[in-house]
Amino acid sequence: MVGSLKQARIAFVGAPIGRLVNLLVILAVLYAIFILATKIFAQGPSYFLQILTFGVANGAIYALVALGYTMVYGIIELINFAHGDLFTLGGFISVFLLPIFGLDASKAGTPGIILPLLAVFIVTMLICGAINVTIERVAYRPLRHAPRLAPLITAVGMSFVLEGVMFLWKGPFNVPYPNLLPTNGIVIGGATIGVKDIFVIVVAAILMIVLALFVSRSTLGKAMRATAQDQDATELMGIDINRTIAATFFIGAVLAGAGGTIFGLYYNTLVFDLGFSAGLFAFTAAVFGGIGNIQGAALGGLLIGLITALWDGYMESTWTQVIIFAILILVLVFRPTGLLGMRVPEK
Amino acid sequence: MRGLLSRLGSILESDPRKNPNAVVYLVLAVATIAFPIGVQVATRGSGSFLISQAADAGVYILLAIGLNVVVGFAGLLDLGYAAFFAIGAYTYAFVASDHLEFTPIHQALHIPFWIALLVGMFAAAGAGAILGAPTLRLRGDYLAIVTLGFGEIVPRLFRNASTWTSGVNGISALDTPALPIWLNGPWSGDALAIVQNFKIIDPLAYYVIMAILVAISVLLVNNLRRSRMGRAWMAVREDEVAAAAMGVNTVGVKLLAFSIGAAFSGFAGTFYGAKLSLVSPENFGFTVSITILIMVVLGGMGNIPGVIVGALLIYYVIFNILPGLPQQASDFANSIGATSLNSPSGDWPGLAGEVQRLKYLIFGLILVLTMLLRPQGLLPSRQRAEELQKGVHDDTTIEDVNAETT
Repeated sequence: MVGSLKQARIAFVGAPIGRLVNLLVILAVLYAIFILATKIFAQGPSYFLQILTFGVANGAIYALVALGYTMVYGIIELINFAHGDLFTLGGFISVFLLPIFGLDASKAGTPGIILPLLAVFIVTMLICGAINVTIERVAYRPLRHAPRLAPLITAVGMSFVLEGVMFLWKGPFNVPYPNLLPTNGIVIGGATIGVKDIFVIVVAAILMIVLALFVSRSTLGKAMRATAQDQDATELMGIDINRTIAATFFIGAVLAGAGGTIFGLYYNTLVFDLGFSAGLFAFTAAVFGGIGNIQGAALGGLLIGLITALWDGYMESTWTQVIIFAILILVLVFRPTGLLGMRVPEK
Repeated sequence: MRGLLSRLGSILESDPRKNPNAVVYLVLAVATIAFPIGVQVATRGSGSFLISQAADAGVYILLAIGLNVVVGFAGLLDLGYAAFFAIGAYTYAFVASDHLEFTPIHQALHIPFWIALLVGMFAAAGAGAILGAPTLRLRGDYLAIVTLGFGEIVPRLFRNASTWTSGVNGISALDTPALPIWLNGPWSGDALAIVQNFKIIDPLAYYVIMAILVAISVLLVNNLRRSRMGRAWMAVREDEVAAAAMGVNTVGVKLLAFSIGAAFSGFAGTFYGAKLSLVSPENFGFTVSITILIMVVLGGMGNIPGVIVGALLIYYVIFNILPGLPQQASDFANSIGATSLNSPSGDWPGLAGEVQRLKYLIFGLILVLTMLLRPQGLLPSRQRAEELQKGVHDDTTIEDVNAETT
């Protein structure tokens, strides 16, 4: 009786406050959208199209990084803080590899860059994959059965180690990345859609489709999905858990390495601590789409890219990061399963 | 007095190998008193810089004790702890300087330091409660992300909202803490006199205040740990479902831990702002949060003397050894004749520059190696050590016998 009274009181007091907060949040979001919409109408469609292109290209890069977060979280429930730095490392490795494969700014835009660039991509991706597998082996595997806090703290530490290595390597300055891609583009409705934008979107899309096919069709992909569902049962079926987890880290890092290279080619500049905020954005994307869900990460990446571009383009860009982090908190509070959602059992 | 003596006696009798805490407390207390005297003697009276630095270290000890309540006792990972530190410092800047006159309020506030300490504390605790109330229902690592996001938002907010906070420049010329009444005498080099509204500017005074504040905090937190609330925190940390089943209001308990941790941070922030007489959004970034986390983890999560030792150690490494290291490295290179190492060429910034870049790597390595080699920290809490050791090696599974028979 007392319990039910107490519950009734909580329902009476708690629910209206909760509903009020919900209402306020919805109003704030609607207000932001309204302001954005009026500015978009005021600036005209060609500017909007330009921003949209930029946002999609940006979002494609976030999506590539978000996939790594989501896959690792899906399989061992670890927020791999070092993943964003692996993305930067991919950019650093590729900028180191470019001259080795005979690529420099003088060859920019010629068809001769296609094959060497492909080689740079593949080598960067493999190196990143190898590094991530090593990190998993050294830093995460020994702590797999430790309390959850332990691997999380190690991941933060690993992120600092990677940043430290890149800091030692290139210092605190911006690292220039040669502008290899053609700078021209197609003009549609007053907006220029550059070859660069198309390149970024196409490469990211190809990688994501390959990944989706791999996870849904191949044996290893099946093993990964099984491990994500139930490690013990999977082990009983004769699947090597350690190998499967290592493969997940490998694939995540391969995508991050590709993402870093694409980032370099697109923005032509890198900096050692890029991975911290880029990683957080990508993680936000993964959470936004529904962590553990591969399609969700792609969708989340796209949305975060668009929101960033819209805010940068129409509002004050100093507030963009605040907005992204606010979205992260709001999504976690109101819909922890994300947009597409995957039910993650509480363990 | 007799109680204290018998307590001392029991400390001396207890076996330090079984429980080093008592010895550590004793050593820390003696060191606290001996440090300023020792420094003044060793530097022939010009040690005020070191004493001032020790008072700053006290700020970090307070922060580490506070984070220990959140991470060590209740097992909630807070990666945005510096946000509450910032809130405390900025609160002091608002209520105890001329700054509010230049904001849309147009009315400066000058609240005495001792009241401002409480104001800063409650502001931070309030922020903690507001952030915690909706998010503490989330599973552990989601909470880490929410706090991380919060920790990124707060300094940016202070930087961007420049009409209120004067942006990147920060707020300067904060009020100096004052005592309402003070007795001047030969000990401060003045004639014997009663002074009203005595301004505290001497590093030694800050040091003494800090030592007293830390001592009070240690007492408070120790009492909290032994209380019903403390036991509830540990229960939630060990197994949230089991704790809830035993009647612990898990969300309420976690919220309290989170707010108390935030309160400590705000408290420390107020002191920090008052001592520095300046707050700037650049001083409260992610590295600060991580530094405090390293202190707690390295010292021994959940064990207060361990956390204090961890804080002192890390503070010493970061603020004393690391800044001096580049100079020492280049001196060393000169002394062994490898002067070419010191001259920058191409990508090589010279040995001093290169050593200066080690900070991130050292941060990261400390975190990873502590977690891998000594996850329980230097001076672990016994309970926590057992749990970490056990966790790594075996998983006991309880089988449901009835499930097969029925």
